[in-house]
Amino acid sequence: MSAFGVTRATLLKDLRMEWRSKDAINSMLFFSLLVVVIFSFAFNPTAEESRQIAGGLIWVSFLFAAVVALNQTWARELRNQVLDAYRVSPAPPNALFLAKALGNFLFVMILEALMAPLFVVFYQLRSVGPVWQLVVVALLGTWALVVNGTFFAAMSIRTRSREIMLPLILFPISIPALLAMVDSTTGILTGEFSPDFWIKMLLVYDVVFTSVCLLLFESVLNAE
Amino acid sequence: MKPLNLLFVVITLGLLGFSTYQALFVAPTEQTMGEVQRIFYYHVPSAWVAGLCFFVNFLASVAYLVKRSSNADALAAASAEVGVVFCTIVLITGPIWGRPVWGIWWTWDARLTTTLVLWLIYVSYLILRRFASGSQTQTLAAVLAIFGFVDVPIVYMSIRWFRTQHPSPVIAGGANSGLDPIMLHAFFWNLLAFTCVGIILVMARYRLQKMENQVEAEHAELALQGGVR
Repeated sequence: MSAFGVTRATLLKDLRMEWRSKDAINSMLFFSLLVVVIFSFAFNPTAEESRQIAGGLIWVSFLFAAVVALNQTWARELRNQVLDAYRVSPAPPNALFLAKALGNFLFVMILEALMAPLFVVFYQLRSVGPVWQLVVVALLGTWALVVNGTFFAAMSIRTRSREIMLPLILFPISIPALLAMVDSTTGILTGEFSPDFWIKMLLVYDVVFTSVCLLLFESVLNAE
Repeated sequence: MKPLNLLFVVITLGLLGFSTYQALFVAPTEQTMGEVQRIFYYHVPSAWVAGLCFFVNFLASVAYLVKRSSNADALAAASAEVGVVFCTIVLITGPIWGRPVWGIWWTWDARLTTTLVLWLIYVSYLILRRFASGSQTQTLAAVLAIFGFVDVPIVYMSIRWFRTQHPSPVIAGGANSGLDPIMLHAFFWNLLAFTCVGIILVMARYRLQKMENQVEAEHAELALQGGVR
């Protein structure tokens, strides 16, 4: 089976499992809904204020919600020693990694598409800048979170307290990506400054960390 | 302790005494900042040692992934720990200096924020080392170290842009521009002394880590033989 075949088969398997159980999507949705409601109580913003803080709210809630899905990425492969079977098979490790990362990317993008209207309603958001730029930021930003998140989930699954470990190692590394997402979103929503630098920054972050992940995933998969 | 090591420790202690004397008594008092500026002689060398440690940590981690030698891993662990200690010193002495000079303890300026994020990254590295079990620890830690090191320039770039966009309330910089020659002299003595202290700490921690590895290996061996010798 070619690398592409492995990626496709794993991705389709994960999507089918998610379609049948809807575990990740449901828990992410409910989780970010909770964050939205709690934030709105905590800050109680007016329409003008919410435009200023929405970038932060949106991305922090997606980041927290994504961790929920990321933690489940590899857990199901541990049951029945699927991961060990994968290790002894000749299939390229990066094909598996890409499939998992793409799967998570799809889940989080679906979450964002479903949650975006809620943010608009609850925080009375109206974008001053062009909305298509928000889509670009969402695509690049989500990949930035998910590619490292999938990688670190594979690492944290091998530690003693799995679920706690992931955010502890993911958040510090993700700080520049989060900064870029939040600031570009604020820039687009308020129209006060151009998000161009931040979008380029996200692009650089994506390219750099996708390469590092692909370079090192084999060592993590085979760590003994 | 081997005699050569002992000699190095003695020399370092002498250096440390001399450099402290230089910093506190020989170097002139700064005109606008006053005596508090002398913290500069500890703050900046600590930052240098921390940076050096993190760089060694990166090199050792790459070496571990290439050669799989547990000595490289021991060096990575040792340098990360010492680096975090010196980074903590930087983060503590910084506000002590900043409060009387800038009027505030902390500002989210590029250099301060980058140092804080650096500290966060390497603390998470140490946490991972603690939570991972067995020989996986070494690989996982080495991988995370590479991620952390790659992240630092990106953090610095992004935060510098972030801060130039929203100017911070404090413009006054440190004593970097046009240092008095006597100050510079005292500063370099401190830099040397702190580097030596850093090397001693890393080497001591490195030997300790190697011993820990040995003990663990012996235990594993013993367990394989049925727990009795």
